Formats: sequence, structure tokens, C-alpha cells
Amino acid sequence: MSQANPAKKIINDPLKCADELFDGLVLAYDGKARRVGTRSIVMNDLRPDAPALLVGGGAGHEPIYHGLIGKGMADGAAVGEIFAAPPPDIVLEATQAVNRGKGVLYLYGNYAGDVMNFDIGAELAEEEGITVKTVIIADDVCSAPPSEKGKRRGVAGLVPITKLAGAAAMTVDTLDELVRIAQKACDNTRTVGVSTKPGSIPATGKPTFELADDVIGLGMGIHGEKGVGLIPMCTADELAAKILDLLFADDLALNSGDEIVFFVNSLGSTHMMELLILLRGAKPILEARGIKIHQTIVDNIVTCQEMAGVSFSITKLDDELKKLWDLPCESVGYTKL
Amino acid sequence: MPKSSLSKDEVKAMLILSCERIIAAEPMLSQADRDLGDGDHGMGMERGMRAAIEKLNAAEVESIEKAFSSVGMAMMSSMGGASGAIFGTFFRNGGKALNGKEAFDAAGLADFLKAGVDGVKQRGGAAIGDKTCVDAMEPAATKAAEVAGQSLPEAITAVAAAADAGKEASKAMVAKFGRAKTLGEACIGFPDAGACSVVVIIEAFRDFIVA
Repeated sequence: MSQANPAKKIINDPLKCADELFDGLVLAYDGKARRVGTRSIVMNDLRPDAPALLVGGGAGHEPIYHGLIGKGMADGAAVGEIFAAPPPDIVLEATQAVNRGKGVLYLYGNYAGDVMNFDIGAELAEEEGITVKTVIIADDVCSAPPSEKGKRRGVAGLVPITKLAGAAAMTVDTLDELVRIAQKACDNTRTVGVSTKPGSIPATGKPTFELADDVIGLGMGIHGEKGVGLIPMCTADELAAKILDLLFADDLALNSGDEIVFFVNSLGSTHMMELLILLRGAKPILEARGIKIHQTIVDNIVTCQEMAGVSFSITKLDDELKKLWDLPCESVGYTKL
Repeated sequence: MPKSSLSKDEVKAMLILSCERIIAAEPMLSQADRDLGDGDHGMGMERGMRAAIEKLNAAEVESIEKAFSSVGMAMMSSMGGASGAIFGTFFRNGGKALNGKEAFDAAGLADFLKAGVDGVKQRGGAAIGDKTCVDAMEPAATKAAEVAGQSLPEAITAVAAAADAGKEASKAMVAKFGRAKTLGEACIGFPDAGACSVVVIIEAFRDFIVA
């Protein structure tokens, strides 16, 4: 194993990044969350007799997934190695810690490793008498056509989805209700991302994928998934229009008068300046269709190291989701007053 | 001298050899994964096999089943990701098929491989031709069933050749799973890294049995 650090990461040991960032995350919660077992993080103050919301996934995409635990957000998270799903025993330890007798909802992105490990974790939990249900986030429009939605990846839409599911977890009394609302949040959320530069793998410093300097990967996922294809580098206004075209072309009906959460996310190193310029370009296009932004989020929350690129996520709100959206939430990754 | 069947302690020694071979093969496995994926397969497998050796050496081996399944548990817990779940399932499910067996012979090898690959296919949804570890596991299991009546050294020699042929065949395939899927036809010419790991493990079994 080479100890080289060509990506110039500010780290201690390339092989200990997941454990060390986890230690730091627990500290960032200022005593409101605690470490459980090997690498799970769980909020201290959980509503009694309530169904639980557990998220999780590989490390290296901070502040997701584990930075989305908090009041009005997820109750806990199972944390994997860098870019690798958490193993079943970490899922199990997190499940045991968040369960308050009403069962646990697993909410995570659609990646083979996550599905397998969470499924095995669920089987182990069921053996202990804990009821587990699963809702899989698959909001990445360009990763598969609408007819093959089961193959879509989970990307930045997980932020509004986790916020809505977290609000539901604060208010509902049964796991089935929590499942229903989380599933509705997923059904109403779509994301399209673009990439301009790859990220790097902390342990090797190697780029996560290849991308020429003069092109943008349209519809590219956070791991370099191919998406729609390459387009020449263009202006922010042109790019905002292209991304929105792909979102409008999908099967989420967006009609005049609809209210949405609009999330402009940086994949890591794309600057807030660029996000704001993109937002400026997107807003009149949405307005022209009569779509009303109920809440704008402009932030880097779903990242892949120093990968450059941006995604737009749209979550369509009905009356129920809007009420849940308006509840406050607080987490390292996303806070709403 | 070639071994006609293995005791539980010999199974443990065979498993430790396969773990050591994977650790030694880390640069090759990582390179294979860099050609198609993000290049961390070798490091993950090394982490899993170091944990497996520790677990095997921590206590007296209770049974042949437990020897295999403890490797699976150690890999699953220490690796995470898709590889941890897949190889963990392979050894755990394979081990369960040897419940109550006092000796590991050619029939046991066939039972182990069949249950192992069935578990992997069920867990991950991959089939032969998808350019995954199944492309080495399934031909090995099929060959093992054919030669279950032969001596253990003859059987494992044929099974190791079948696994290697399966890995070689994976070079021509277009990936349906994992990061390699994003490469499309660009992945033709490279073997699947998971299939490479399967070959390293089964060739270690062969070398232990035939030696």
C-alpha cells in the first residue's frame, strides 16, 4: 500500500479516514449524539415509543449520511468504510440502539453493497425480534429510464427525503405510517447531477473516474456513473436549463401551481458562487412553468471528496409533505429553523 | 502427500493458506479493480482475510462448518461494502452445507461450492455472464458436482481449472454490476476482480490438498 498523498488530503493515515472522521463527527454533535459499537452514531434524546429512522452508507460523502442525524432528522446512522457500505453487524448495532419497541425504518441509497448489507442487517435484527422495514432512495433520473426505476441510484434527493422522513418520525406513531411517508417523499423526488471534475480516493489519491477538461458529464452520478453523456463545457445559464430539461422530461408530473423544495447541491469543490449563479439561472425557468419554490436549499451536503459538479433536486410537496417540511430540523448536514 | 479428505484442523490450515494468498495477491487484485472499478477490492479483501486469520487462530476450531463460516463472518464484519457481503455470504452459506460433516472430501467440496454460489446469487442478484465473482464461482461449483465421486485431489484440481477458465471468460464480458457497469464495452479485456479473488482462494485450496 502506497502512503503517497497526491490529492494533498489533510489527513493522518489514509487507511483510518473513516474511523477518524467518525470520531470527529461525534464531537461535532456537542454531546447530543453518541458513538454506538464499532461505527454507529445515534442521537441521545429520542422520542419514546416511536418508530425509528436509521440511515447509513459509505463514508467519504460527508456530511451525508451520518451527518443527517438530528432533531427532526434521522435517529441514527450506520457508517461504512470510505465508499463502502456498512457491514451487517454495524447495521445491527445501530438498529438495536435506535429501536424503541416500534420497529426501525432503514432509509438509504440504492447501491448494491448497501442493499446487501442492510438486508443482512435486517435479517439479524428480525432474529432478535426487531421489526425492520426498508425504503430505498433512487432519485437519480439519469441512471436508468423510468421503466427501470429499481436500477436508479440514490443521490442528493436523500437530503429532502431524510428531512421529510425525519419530520414524520417525530410525529407518527407506527412504523407503517413512517414507511408510507418516506416512500411518498421518495416517489416525489428527482435529481439530475452533472460532473466537471472527479474526486479522489483518500487511500490511494487516485481519481474516482476520468473526465476530460473541456467537457461536462451530464447526468453523471457521484461515482462517475455515465448518465446521459458528455457535453462541451457551457455557461451556468445553459447548464441550469439542460439540467431542468432532464428533470422535466422524467415521470414526476410538475404542473403550474405545484410547490417544490429546490435543492442545488455541490458535489464537493464546486463553489457556492457557482451554485448561486446556477440558482439564478434556474429560478425563471421554474417560474415560467408556474412552479413555486417553497424552500430553496443551496449547499454542499452530498459530496464525493473534491469532486466538482452540481445537482438539482426537486421534491414535489403535497399538503401532508408541506406540513412535515415546515417543521424545524437540526443536524450537522442540514438545519432548518 | 495429496490428501484424500481433510479434518477440521486441516480445513482450518487450508483456509489460512487461502487468506495468506489473498493478502499476498493484494497488489494484483487492486490493479484488477483499478482497471474496472475504484481500485479498493484488494485492500478490502486483505482487510477481510487478516480478520479471518485472527478469528481462525483465536480459538480451537469446533467443526468444519464453523471453520468456513467464521471466515465468512470475519470477512463480512471487517470489509463491509458489496465484497464483504458477497464473500461473507459465500463462506457462511457454503459452510452451512457442511453441517455435521466430520471430514471434507470431494462431495463436501461440491456441497460447499453449490451452497456458497447459490447464496451469492440470491443475495446479489448476479447471474453467470454479468462479469462478477459468480463467473468463477459457478463454473467451479458445476465442475465440483461433476467430479464429486472422484478423489479430493483430482476434484480440486479440476475445480480450480474451471474457476480459472471462468475468470478468463469474464474478460470478454460487459459488466452488469458495480462501478465497472459505468464503463460499458470499455471493460472488455479485463477480468472481474472478484473472480480473480475466487481463483486465488480455490487455487490455495488445491495447493493445500495436492501438496
